[in-house]
Amino acid sequence: MATDVHGPVTAQPVTSQAVRVEGLTRSFDGRPVIDRLQLDVRQGEFVALLGRSGCGKSTLLRILAGLDRDIEGTVLVPRRKAVAFQAPRLMPWKKVWRNVLLGLPGKPERAVAERALAEVGLGDHADAWPKTLSGGEAQRASLARALVREPDLLLLDEPFGALDALTRIKAQRLVGELWQRRGCAVLLVTHDVEEAVLLADRVLVMDDGVIAHEQHIDLDRPRDITDPRFAELRAGLLERLGVDTAAEAA
Amino acid sequence: MSISHAPPGSSEPDISRISTSKAGPDARPDDHAPLDLVPLVPTSSRRTRVPRWLRRTTGPLVLLALWQLLSSTGVLTSDVLASPGRIAHVGWDLIDSGSLTSAMATSLQRVAIGLLLGTVIGTGLALVSGLFRIGEDLVDAPVQMLRTVPFVGLIPLFIIWFGIGEAPKVAIITLGVTFPLYLNVYAGIRGVDSQLIEAGESLGLSRWGLVRHVVLPGALPNAMTGLRYSLGIAWLALVFAEQINADAGIGFLMVQARDFLQTDVIVVCLIVYAFLGLLADFVVRTLERLLLQWRPTFTGR
Ligand SMILES: Nc1ncnc2c1ncn2[C@@H]1O[C@H](COP(=O)(O)OP(=O)(O)O)[C@@H](O)[C@H]1O
Ligand SMILES: [Mg+2]
Repeated sequence: MATDVHGPVTAQPVTSQAVRVEGLTRSFDGRPVIDRLQLDVRQGEFVALLGRSGCGKSTLLRILAGLDRDIEGTVLVPRRKAVAFQAPRLMPWKKVWRNVLLGLPGKPERAVAERALAEVGLGDHADAWPKTLSGGEAQRASLARALVREPDLLLLDEPFGALDALTRIKAQRLVGELWQRRGCAVLLVTHDVEEAVLLADRVLVMDDGVIAHEQHIDLDRPRDITDPRFAELRAGLLERLGVDTAAEAA
Repeated sequence: MSISHAPPGSSEPDISRISTSKAGPDARPDDHAPLDLVPLVPTSSRRTRVPRWLRRTTGPLVLLALWQLLSSTGVLTSDVLASPGRIAHVGWDLIDSGSLTSAMATSLQRVAIGLLLGTVIGTGLALVSGLFRIGEDLVDAPVQMLRTVPFVGLIPLFIIWFGIGEAPKVAIITLGVTFPLYLNVYAGIRGVDSQLIEAGESLGLSRWGLVRHVVLPGALPNAMTGLRYSLGIAWLALVFAEQINADAGIGFLMVQARDFLQTDVIVVCLIVYAFLGLLADFVVRTLERLLLQWRPTFTGR
């Protein structure tokens, strides 16, 4: 597509890079929410993006998804990318399997959707209406819809934010497994430090419209949240986010 | 005793009883008053055993019986309102002679054509102004202006323009149907959740794909509401259109009956109108049930 080549969000292969952002600026009514931001994500890398509410995480994610092109700067992303939002955003008028196939080129078979649904443990719900799914199931269906596109970049905007604690743990584990199996790059926006340390290769903290801090997580997988190094990383990041962990413990 | 923290209603001995039963700060009262437990009745047993259709038909049947009673006791004379028995008889005669069926066919055809034209025009205009900003600027203002003109008032003008054949009758119905459909479809399109549009965009849907898979299905509930309004107005428009120099149709039968003071025939015609209206409503309800089963909305108890 011509717009893809000449537009601000350009899709072209960059060796071993899944995302390349340089000098990205996005303003709302003259107020820059993202201000000359740099970001690189390697192929197959799992990056978590933390930051206080309203710091522009979703804005950045929408830009990378190509949904917001009112930008300045360079943004390079793979052609094949997929998004899962905080709300599942399934079309209520389409059965689950049709939701999964929505927007795929050509005339994909139902079996394609069923395979993707089975991968997220929803094989039995292909024929269900979205209104009959629980919150966790709907979120997994939304994940299946993203994965069926075989993305090179998976963008997740607080996908577990609205889930209850137990469902969230399961969903986190699922995303970790799917990522290891698919090998796509993931950018996970979250407000949960523990989730970030649990899943990511690298944790970024966003503040003042830029990536203010970067933390590599070198722990072996699967990760153990009782590991003292885990707690240390978590405490360090919390401090970066302005939460005093010592006061919290007292 | 002028300074008291007890509520004005509480009496002296009651307070002292509580204070004695609570020996210390963490002593638990062991003399729990038995709670009044209420059984929660399951819906299956709460539901009355009378089937729904029977409950729904009871009201009209009672009214009918009352009417018959008033007629046979002479309270309601036949030149005011004929009795149900008489009406049934006249209705049967009219069907038997074929005049009612042919009148119904004529009227139904008028409504069908008017409805079809109105639906096409109303929906078409709503799509143009709902989907495109430029369409909104060009279409919405004139439609909103025309909407305020009472369409029945245009009958004389339509007779001058279209003569006295079928055209003015169909035109009145078309006009009546167009506006409610336009308004509802337009509101439906503009009411589609922008988050879903964005999700569709992120899935790579083209502009037409977005319209087809997101915007139109999202507007469907409103469109169905519009269709129901339109149907109601279509019958109304039909009655008006047929009262004015018709030579066939249910309205024509009624005008004739009025000239001969046949209240029984008039009532038969009214019943036919009502019956056709009910039938149309039933069709739309069925359509809604089939097309809108995905809706996670309250469906009544
Ligand atoms: N469409 C918009 N119009 C105006 N301001 C917006 C818009 N979208 C986001 N913002 C503002 O941009 C800032 C960042 O929003 P967002 O990216 O959603 O934050 P978060 O990091 O919590 O996801 C907020 O201050 C928000 O008010
Ligand atoms: Mg957000």
